[in-house]
Amino acid sequence: MDFEGVDFLNLDDAMTLEERMVRGEVRRWVDKEVLPIIAQHFEAGTFPMDLLPKMADINLLGANIDVFYGGAGLNSVAYGLINQEMERGDSGLRSFVSVQSALVMWPISEYGSDAQKAYWLPRMVSGETIGCFGLTEPDFGSNPKGMLSHAHWNGTDYILNGTKMWITNGTISDVALIWAKEDEGIISAFLVEQGNPGFMQNKIKDKFSLRASDTGELVLADVRVPVTHVLAKAKGLKAALHCLDQARYGIAWGAIGAAMACYDTALNYAKQRIQFDRPIAGYQLIQEKLVYMVTEISKMQLLALQMGRLKDQGKLTSVQISMGKQNNVYHALQIARLARDILGANGIMYEHQVARHLCNLESVYTYEGTHDIHTLIIGEKITGLSAFT
Amino acid sequence: MNIAVCIKQVPATESKIKPAEDGLDIDRTGLSYVVNPYDEFGVEEALKIKEQVGEGKVTVISIGSDKTVEALRTCLAVGADEAIHIKDDALAKGDTYITALVLSVALKKGDYDIIFFGRQAIDDDSGAVGIQVAELMGLPHVAGINKFDLNAEGRTAIANRQIEGASEIVETSLPAIFTCQKELNEPRYASLPGIMKARQKPMTVWSLSDLELTAEDCGAEAAKVAIEKITSPPVREAGKKIEGDVPQAVAELVRLLREEAKVF
Repeated sequence: MDFEGVDFLNLDDAMTLEERMVRGEVRRWVDKEVLPIIAQHFEAGTFPMDLLPKMADINLLGANIDVFYGGAGLNSVAYGLINQEMERGDSGLRSFVSVQSALVMWPISEYGSDAQKAYWLPRMVSGETIGCFGLTEPDFGSNPKGMLSHAHWNGTDYILNGTKMWITNGTISDVALIWAKEDEGIISAFLVEQGNPGFMQNKIKDKFSLRASDTGELVLADVRVPVTHVLAKAKGLKAALHCLDQARYGIAWGAIGAAMACYDTALNYAKQRIQFDRPIAGYQLIQEKLVYMVTEISKMQLLALQMGRLKDQGKLTSVQISMGKQNNVYHALQIARLARDILGANGIMYEHQVARHLCNLESVYTYEGTHDIHTLIIGEKITGLSAFT
Repeated sequence: MNIAVCIKQVPATESKIKPAEDGLDIDRTGLSYVVNPYDEFGVEEALKIKEQVGEGKVTVISIGSDKTVEALRTCLAVGADEAIHIKDDALAKGDTYITALVLSVALKKGDYDIIFFGRQAIDDDSGAVGIQVAELMGLPHVAGINKFDLNAEGRTAIANRQIEGASEIVETSLPAIFTCQKELNEPRYASLPGIMKARQKPMTVWSLSDLELTAEDCGAEAAKVAIEKITSPPVREAGKKIEGDVPQAVAELVRLLREEAKVF
């Protein structure tokens, strides 16, 4: 049966026809192309590379990028809905799209030169080039400002040294957007290509979570980067955080997708599972869980939709995005846990997808700014007092 | 090559349908709608022919309320070139004949070489409109096709249709009408830029007067079929389990088949 989605508050009425059509097409695409194969990839720990040309066919990559460079030029709500539907498939798949679109294509289109845009963006729209974003380091996660990666100017080129950790698309990417400190301490962005001497892309294995996503460690040992590969307008940590805002916005929507998949599975299961001669959906403790789920999903949708409208008006702030990411992922994780609970032993099976979402969401909860860090960002905003250190 | 595809907006396949209170329609509260899946085969085939021939125009046509615009725009997003939306309050109570009459008049205004329909709409499953339009327009038709080939000059077409235990291959002159069956093709996804561009494609709106038809021609009075009542199918009764040892159980089964089920 086709997935119907959750719309308890008639929020479809607050969306345009185009937004609903984008959602419908991606939903259909995920049903047909992703759901039949994703559990196998999760188990094998592989990213479904076969999907790449299919994603490019319907312009899923760089859907937020200007049509001039081959993007779909979608508004923020439609872009968010793509993330929602992709994450209903798998958080790993949404992560791939987020990184490609929000963390590599967006920075190039925002901070790159016309020549860089013309070179990279069409290649990334078509999936010919995969990108990754290297900010986090082994010892600098929540505190990226302390990064050790260094870019030394030798008079003709930059020489990069350092290690980047937990990098989505790390080993499958053709180009890495690496953040490193220049000699005078300014954090800048460099495009480092696969095969560049001294650049190593190592796979991080043995994960419980995001198993259908490629995660890597990037090592840079005297990697020479020409000036043509510097994003000249990206100066300072602020630029990197601005990129993360784009991705976190997408995550707030993505979490709704994972939550809807879990709720839908749990609701159908509870209506069919008979214990003590009647469906378990008829018992109060189960209903309480299902009601929590549908209520929180509805609130997550309201939050995401309002963020999208503000974003298109140019009014969305980083701290508002923190609230969206923090709240939506937190509740998606709770919903996944409750869904697993309702399904009993069946809840741990690949067949029922909730455990896969649950394991994935454990990562989503702490990546792109941990839940706690986003809490402190909001805390600082409302009290005027920083509690980071 | 000028191709028309007549489409219908229908409740989504996953909808739970129940009769409306007046028993003359279904309860449409909260239903979501899609393009009739059989019509999507027609749209896809039309786009493929246009691509194959290298020129031409694909026009999608539908009768319905304002909501029908969504179905038409979906087809435009997939790649159709323009849409015709026929809406008129007088059409609300029409049957397949009225639908066919209105469509035939609308189709005569265009110079179409090929006209596609779905073989049936998944809501009322009549499977009549395409064939009725062919009759009203005096055009040949091939119903329920699962393969379509245009000949080299584009003057005739060969279509396959599945019949009991065999495949029937029909050659027809053009213009002609074809109703589309599963297996004809695999409808494509709308590209995301395609969705954004759909709004800029032309959509013509016609009322009955634009077609020189009147409410009398097309209202409930003119319909050939009147719906008396729509009811849900009866709830299936629980089966009967015959217990006991085999010889006894068989005897009981035979008795029940004869006396209750009356099969012999």
